Amino acid sequence: MPRPGFLLEVESSSPPTLFWHGEGFRLERLPVGSRVLYPPEPLKALENPRGAIREALRSPVGDAKPLEDLLFADMKLTIAFDDVSLPLPAMKAPDIRQMVIEEVLEIAARKGVDDVVLIAALALHRRMTDEELRHCLGSRVFDSFSPHGLLTQHDAEDPDNLVHLGLTSQGEDVEINRRAAESDLLVYVNINLVAMDGGHKSVATGLASYKSIKHHHNPQTMVNSKSFMDQHHSELHSSNWRMGRLIAKSGVKVFQIETTLNTNTFPENFGFLQKREWEWELKDRLGFIGASKLLGHTPRRVARSVFHSILSPHAMTSVSAGEVEAVHEITTANVLKQQNIDVEGQSDILTMGLPYICPYNVNSIMNPILVACLGLGYFFNMYRGRPLVRQGGVVIISHPTKWEFHPVHHPSYIDFFEEVLADTTDPVSISERYEERYATDPWYRHLYRTSYAYHGVHPFYMWYWCAHALDHLSQVIILGGERRSVERLGFSCASTLDDALEIARHYVGSSPSLTHLHSPPVLMANVT
Amino acid sequence: MITEALKGKKIAITGSTGFLGTALVERLLRQVPDCELALLVRPTKRGPEERVRREVLKNDCFDLLRAQLGDAFDETVDRRVRAIAGDVTTNGLGLNAAGREQLSQCDLVVHCAAAVSFDSPLDRAVEVNLLGPKRVCETVIDLSKTSGNSPHLIAVSTAYVAGYRRGDAWERLLSQTNFPPEATWQNEVDAAMTLRADITTQSRTVENLKRFDSLARSEIGAAGSPLIARKSERLRQDWVQDRLIEIGKVRAQGLGWPDAYAYTKALGEIALSEVRENLPVSIVRPSIIESALVEPRPGWIRGFRMAEPVIISYARGLLSEFPGIPEGVIDVIPVDLVTGAIIAVCAKTPPDPHKGSPIPIYQVASGSTNPLKYGTLVDTVQDWFSQNPLYDTHGQPIDVPKWSFPGRGRVQRQLERADRVMEKAESLAKAVPFRQLASRLTVKIDSKRSDAKRALSYVELYGSYTETEAIFRVDNLLDLYHSLPRDDQETFCFDPRVIDWDYYVRNIHLPSVVDHARARTQPGKRISASRRDRSLAAILNPDRKIAAFDLENTLIASNVVEAYLWLSTDKLPLSERVRIMASLAAKAPGLLSLDMHDRGDFLRYFYRYYEGASLKELQDKSVEMASRLLLARSFPEGIRRVRKHRELGHKTILITGALDFVVQPIAPLFDEVVAAVPETRDGVLTGHLLRHPPTGEARAQIIEDYARSLDVSLEDCISYADSSSDLPMLEIVGFPVAVNPDPKLSLMAQRRGWHTESWTTTRGGAKPLLALATGPQEDESLSVQVREMARKFQTISKLASARWTSRRQKAER
Repeated sequence: MPRPGFLLEVESSSPPTLFWHGEGFRLERLPVGSRVLYPPEPLKALENPRGAIREALRSPVGDAKPLEDLLFADMKLTIAFDDVSLPLPAMKAPDIRQMVIEEVLEIAARKGVDDVVLIAALALHRRMTDEELRHCLGSRVFDSFSPHGLLTQHDAEDPDNLVHLGLTSQGEDVEINRRAAESDLLVYVNINLVAMDGGHKSVATGLASYKSIKHHHNPQTMVNSKSFMDQHHSELHSSNWRMGRLIAKSGVKVFQIETTLNTNTFPENFGFLQKREWEWELKDRLGFIGASKLLGHTPRRVARSVFHSILSPHAMTSVSAGEVEAVHEITTANVLKQQNIDVEGQSDILTMGLPYICPYNVNSIMNPILVACLGLGYFFNMYRGRPLVRQGGVVIISHPTKWEFHPVHHPSYIDFFEEVLADTTDPVSISERYEERYATDPWYRHLYRTSYAYHGVHPFYMWYWCAHALDHLSQVIILGGERRSVERLGFSCASTLDDALEIARHYVGSSPSLTHLHSPPVLMANVT
Repeated sequence: MITEALKGKKIAITGSTGFLGTALVERLLRQVPDCELALLVRPTKRGPEERVRREVLKNDCFDLLRAQLGDAFDETVDRRVRAIAGDVTTNGLGLNAAGREQLSQCDLVVHCAAAVSFDSPLDRAVEVNLLGPKRVCETVIDLSKTSGNSPHLIAVSTAYVAGYRRGDAWERLLSQTNFPPEATWQNEVDAAMTLRADITTQSRTVENLKRFDSLARSEIGAAGSPLIARKSERLRQDWVQDRLIEIGKVRAQGLGWPDAYAYTKALGEIALSEVRENLPVSIVRPSIIESALVEPRPGWIRGFRMAEPVIISYARGLLSEFPGIPEGVIDVIPVDLVTGAIIAVCAKTPPDPHKGSPIPIYQVASGSTNPLKYGTLVDTVQDWFSQNPLYDTHGQPIDVPKWSFPGRGRVQRQLERADRVMEKAESLAKAVPFRQLASRLTVKIDSKRSDAKRALSYVELYGSYTETEAIFRVDNLLDLYHSLPRDDQETFCFDPRVIDWDYYVRNIHLPSVVDHARARTQPGKRISASRRDRSLAAILNPDRKIAAFDLENTLIASNVVEAYLWLSTDKLPLSERVRIMASLAAKAPGLLSLDMHDRGDFLRYFYRYYEGASLKELQDKSVEMASRLLLARSFPEGIRRVRKHRELGHKTILITGALDFVVQPIAPLFDEVVAAVPETRDGVLTGHLLRHPPTGEARAQIIEDYARSLDVSLEDCISYADSSSDLPMLEIVGFPVAVNPDPKLSLMAQRRGWHTESWTTTRGGAKPLLALATGPQEDESLSVQVREMARKFQTISKLASARWTSRRQKAER
């Protein structure tokens, strides 16, 4: 039986705490009395995942018939799936999507369905490479669909392949992939890593156009999503749900398949990452020392490619299929079961160590904007109830935050960093003054559609992701960051934790309380 | 009274656009109210009136007069000053009828025009300095025969006609001294006149022509034949010029003068004395003319001439040594003393030439009556700059060196040695295999070298003037001075004894020189925008029209060979990849030297590798390659610059030797793309090009055609390129930008003040050593093998690139 989440109160005898630090780690001694949040241990994986999938397809939840009953010979079937941003890190083969899609195709073949198209639900993310698609779908699926042009990637800028389904009660445009909308059945294959994923967001965002997405990806929505990981208090969630219901009302039949993963995130040789420090055995200590020494002498470029080649052993803990909302309720409960930890009261300072990866830099570079987004967008929002840090508090992020960008994946990020952030860091003013130009820029659009670039507007969304935190906090300090890039982000830079705490005291008083969000893996704090 | 003597007189002046001439014109206008002036100026594109207005009257010399006259200035000038088109280097002065008429009415002719540069080519020095006075004299005599009016000719010469003679130098023609010149002016003129033709013939020998050509090639590389031709021809002309300068110097020194200036001036005096017939002639011989003592204002100076560059170089710490005899006299005279003397000579009735009296000569010099010791001058200058230092680019004061006065030969040898060492260093730097480092080093060494060269030229040119041992007597001058009434003595003072040297140097001359040089005299960084910012602002100005871009190493760090390698290895079985790699590596050195020789030939040759490839397949693969190779190795600042130009409304054009399908995926970045177009037959490439690839001068033509099609001026166009082979496209536009320039281009950009950009791929971006395609693999085991092979390829490519580098170095040598 895996142990539940744990809240450690640091004593003078406690061992130092492990912080992720990009492509490396730091061991830091937190002040006595600090709280360290450890998520529950990985849940047990399903013993027979394929069996579970088949069972889920056979007995769907909510107002839905078994998949087999929904398929017929002359139908148009579209299978959409989550893109390379999930899961993190990429999972060992076979990927969940491969297993689910193979089962779906198995049934479709049995029922004589000929017209099947696969769509990677990119939203405004970069296109996946053939290698990535092959990994996520398996060679059998890839080779059966790709050469015939039946394995497609959603293009949010292809006017011919989008269809406008109408406006929600709030006047939001709902415009999604034409093939998906005009199919007799749209099967969506999801992986739910955090509570925000899945549900109506899968289709309403994953297969939507910029025109549609911009209604909920903006500073106002983000500031009003407290947090966007908590669907009951998330404006982002509400907007997606309105759109999802409109999609259903428009007659698009969605058969949602959602899966959850356990938090067994790193392979054996990185075992120390997932253990509580005082429980490290000799093997873990050696592993940590070995890895740290080695990384210290490895060029970052090499370290990065080593880390990005790690395939995670995380395994499926649940799968459910059927009607979107019913499925998602089960999924959310399962995610929380794995990630929830109850915390009492907020603190003045929240510390966190950020890894080398976030949803938007798989096989890529974690640039400074993504550092901000992962820290202030994702980690900061991993709460229900109240944020872990009080209003006016300080967040300390550990990450090298190098002025480094991937030229192919993040072209508009480079310009956003050089031009927009050099001017202002205020999300509202950024959105008013710059968003449209970047979003409609023909060169960025060209790169998004034909190369492997994120949409021109994507860096804006990353910055909006931070809006709630920026609004809530009085200061953000990057521990061990590159000074000039940290300054560009509008944050402070500290080379040691002591310095960072000294800066923080300036904002939160001389004896601040501190909470550390221990990762990996991810956790979801229920703050009362 | 001088003013009365000159009342109503018409005075013709040559050389009014020069330092002395301007001062003379101003002084006559201001202090001799009732005379009229006829200024003889060489007609250029601007007419003589325009030249007088712009080059004489606009000078700050006239500030005082303008202030005094106010609105009446223009009217006064219109009334009293006439411009005549004329040229002292042509017989009859090239006058038209009106000019002859004007000149014939003059009562006085002051001949100030001279080629004052000490390193003029011999034929020009002879034309201007030797034959100039003679021609003026002959023309005036010729005119006087019809008009009956015989004006007084005052020729300005130099005290240094005395040359290397030691001891007293009297106010006499050299021909009347104990040591007359060993050459006749006629012989010297004859020899000089044929010299240019002779040397030009020499410059056209096979050996020399070959040398110029190979020099041109080594300097600008594969820039295409028109540019190499131009460079080679310019080298030839420069060579002729240098030879003429050198011959002038050697000839002058052989005859006892320091340089061609003094030598031609000296013979010019003699020539004048022989042709003057019965024309009244006087000669005024100033020594080294420097800034004004009082008139029109203390410190006024025009041009940056002899002592000034030396002083500024010294203050900038560039001259650690300079020759000279510390106890010797440096004969300097403020310009207003010279103009005063000339005006006094003008007012004086010349002795009647019919009586055979010798030409009166007035030396305007300080050495015999009020000597300034060279050592004292140097100490004063050093002391002054210690208290009023110039500041370097970091805003720190510059420490001035202390001179120990070694002999001229030693200083010269030291500097020559330094130049040779740096020349070697420069050629080594150019061969450094890392382009950015090589460029940086080359530019740095070149700027040091040009400093040393300049120092050497100062020593060679002016060194002898600090070692002159002649004492210029001023007896005639003082007699003239004493003959003047007291008022005139005050108004037109030219007594050298009035100068307080210490005061003059510290409070008048040095501040004026520093001000004139616009040297940095305040500590700290400059607040105004740097030159770089200004040039960037000029480029990113909405008034510009077209921005042309080269591709390789300007916008992306890749090349046609890599593109071929990528396309040819994509999705190939392993053995094929090995074969292609190996064959290309073996051919690399040959390809490289071909590329260095002629880019067009290289491309034509290289593209034969594509023979038999399917165009459709290449087009499909190119889309993927754009992401994996081109964009992955792009310079984001470069891409942003292209987009910035479009944002500003400029038309952008990509000009590349790459094949069109290779650049097609990035074409939307530009308004126009000009690339090499492959010939196809039935959808298959033949290995030939449809037309000449856009390289070298063809690029300039493309920009010109494009500009014409949009009806815009090339002056409003911008070009971005990285290599000296792109020179034609850079030179043709108004705003060339050197991006990551190779050492050759780097030097040229530095010398011509071109804007330079250093763009890099993103930090942290992928930098694969080899542009091998990494297509999806069929199964796991193959992918392991491919990775293994890729590792081996990297070793091969390192070996190959080492060979390339050594080959290139050899070729450059």
